[in-house]
Amino acid sequence: MNPTSFIQLYVFVLAAFVGYQVITRVPPLLHTPLMSATNAISAISLVGSLVAAGSNRGTVSTVLGFAAVTAATVNVVGGFIITDRMLKMFKREPESASKAASDEKAGGAK
Amino acid sequence: MRETFTQVTYLVASVLFILGLRSLTKPDSARRGMQYAAVGMLLAIIGTLVQHEIVRYDWIAGGLILGTIIGIPMGTEVPMTAMPQRIAISHMFGALAATLVGVAEYWLHGASLGTAKISAIGFEVLFGSLTVTGSFMAFGKLQGIVTGRSVTYKGQNAVNITLFGVTVLMFVYLIVNPGNAIVFYAMIALAFLIGIFMVLPIGGADMPVVISLLNSYAGLASAATGFAIGNNVLIIAGALDGASGFILSIVMSKAMNRSFNNVIFGAFGAAPTVSAKTATGLTVRSISAEDAAIQLAYAKLVIVVPGYGMAVAQAQHTVRELAELIEKKGGEVKYAIHPVAGRMPGHMNVLLAEANVPYDRLYDMDEINGDFERADVALVIGANDVVNPAARNDKSSPIYGMPILNADKAQSIIVLKRSMNPGFAGIENELFYDDKTSLLFGDAKTSLSRLVTEVKSV
Repeated sequence: MNPTSFIQLYVFVLAAFVGYQVITRVPPLLHTPLMSATNAISAISLVGSLVAAGSNRGTVSTVLGFAAVTAATVNVVGGFIITDRMLKMFKREPESASKAASDEKAGGAK
Repeated sequence: MRETFTQVTYLVASVLFILGLRSLTKPDSARRGMQYAAVGMLLAIIGTLVQHEIVRYDWIAGGLILGTIIGIPMGTEVPMTAMPQRIAISHMFGALAATLVGVAEYWLHGASLGTAKISAIGFEVLFGSLTVTGSFMAFGKLQGIVTGRSVTYKGQNAVNITLFGVTVLMFVYLIVNPGNAIVFYAMIALAFLIGIFMVLPIGGADMPVVISLLNSYAGLASAATGFAIGNNVLIIAGALDGASGFILSIVMSKAMNRSFNNVIFGAFGAAPTVSAKTATGLTVRSISAEDAAIQLAYAKLVIVVPGYGMAVAQAQHTVRELAELIEKKGGEVKYAIHPVAGRMPGHMNVLLAEANVPYDRLYDMDEINGDFERADVALVIGANDVVNPAARNDKSSPIYGMPILNADKAQSIIVLKRSMNPGFAGIENELFYDDKTSLLFGDAKTSLSRLVTEVKSV
């Protein structure tokens, strides 16, 4: 293994460790948004797709890259939108319980 | 200079991704945090587009536009009840992108790939392609295109293990002989098959584990892409996604008292799950909406236990309506959420949040189990296995040992149920025969509307 691969392995292991620490603290309440959020974030593979589609390395690479860009973009765009849509719905108890239907965001610190 | 700019955008994106995920630990900060993460994504895309390597933008523009056209309705239009299949299909898209990039890399470099690179590409296309077909199968099952039941046949595990073994051997061969394109493409074909066969025996109730597992695989495929093309932000984002899916799979497995292997190779419905206790000789007590409404209207504490049945009947809004009425009559309403209620992690929380139920009313299993004893009514809506006391006291039951919601400890239990068919796992539920339990038969939404009308007139 060359040094670059080793550094990559470090990055991977440390990121996985950070991920583990952070994500174990996400409450079950938000597990669905968590899944759509990580899905949107891992669509960063779009970056690799862009290189394949745009670096003029032959038709095969361009066409495969194009398909990959499309697939990854679906997740970037759709993923962040739907995560936001879900998170917008989680509201705490309004001050007066009767107007639960109102779309106002309930303020106040925890 | 440009290269520095690109790397800086990647670094910023990585930090914003981690902060975004950290913001999900609190519902109040979550939205803002994820918006920052989206900004990070945008920066990374811009940083990539200005690279020297990229010389033509026609296909890129085409892909970005097409993806956006498909992506926007997938973000804005999909109803919350369809969230599990929506997430499953997005795992497919993510894994597809990774696989295609891997194939493109192999196509370009083939035999000249070093050991590290071919290993990375191998992992990338393996995880990628099995996630593509696996997620598509999961999507098909959840959407009802493919039967949601567990599909099993004799020797299934032997077939799957052989298939897996052969694929691993091919991968090892490829690391030694990276130039053998036939083996490379055959390996991808086999991985596609593994994805299908892996999800085929999974029944609906096990979906939360499988979706989490596929989430993890899709992440690992992205991380492997990062190794293959030497890009750290991909490695980081992929590792985060992989870790998240892995954690969720463990949480889900624990909530069902089952190991990974058991879910993947065990196929819940497949084993001849003869219900330990048959229903013969036992009678259920049915209740009219009027009587149920009276109980609810005078209750001091009502705990609602929602399950997949609530999602199917799209009854979450009516539940909230009923809860508000009970509150007006002076009662308190809490919601007890089992980790595997529904078809994906957190499914019930999202549905109830959509129906404007404040999130401080939604309680995890551990938080609420102590409260059932002082609850006047436990209202079970389309949930079954997660409230089956057999998990606690019947050693011969297939779900023995699974942590459950203590609905049976409530003063009285009202179960909304379509018919007396056993739940998904095909296990008889003692709770329904309990003296304290009464059943209100009918579609969950219709029953709830009737309850709403009746409670109003109490």
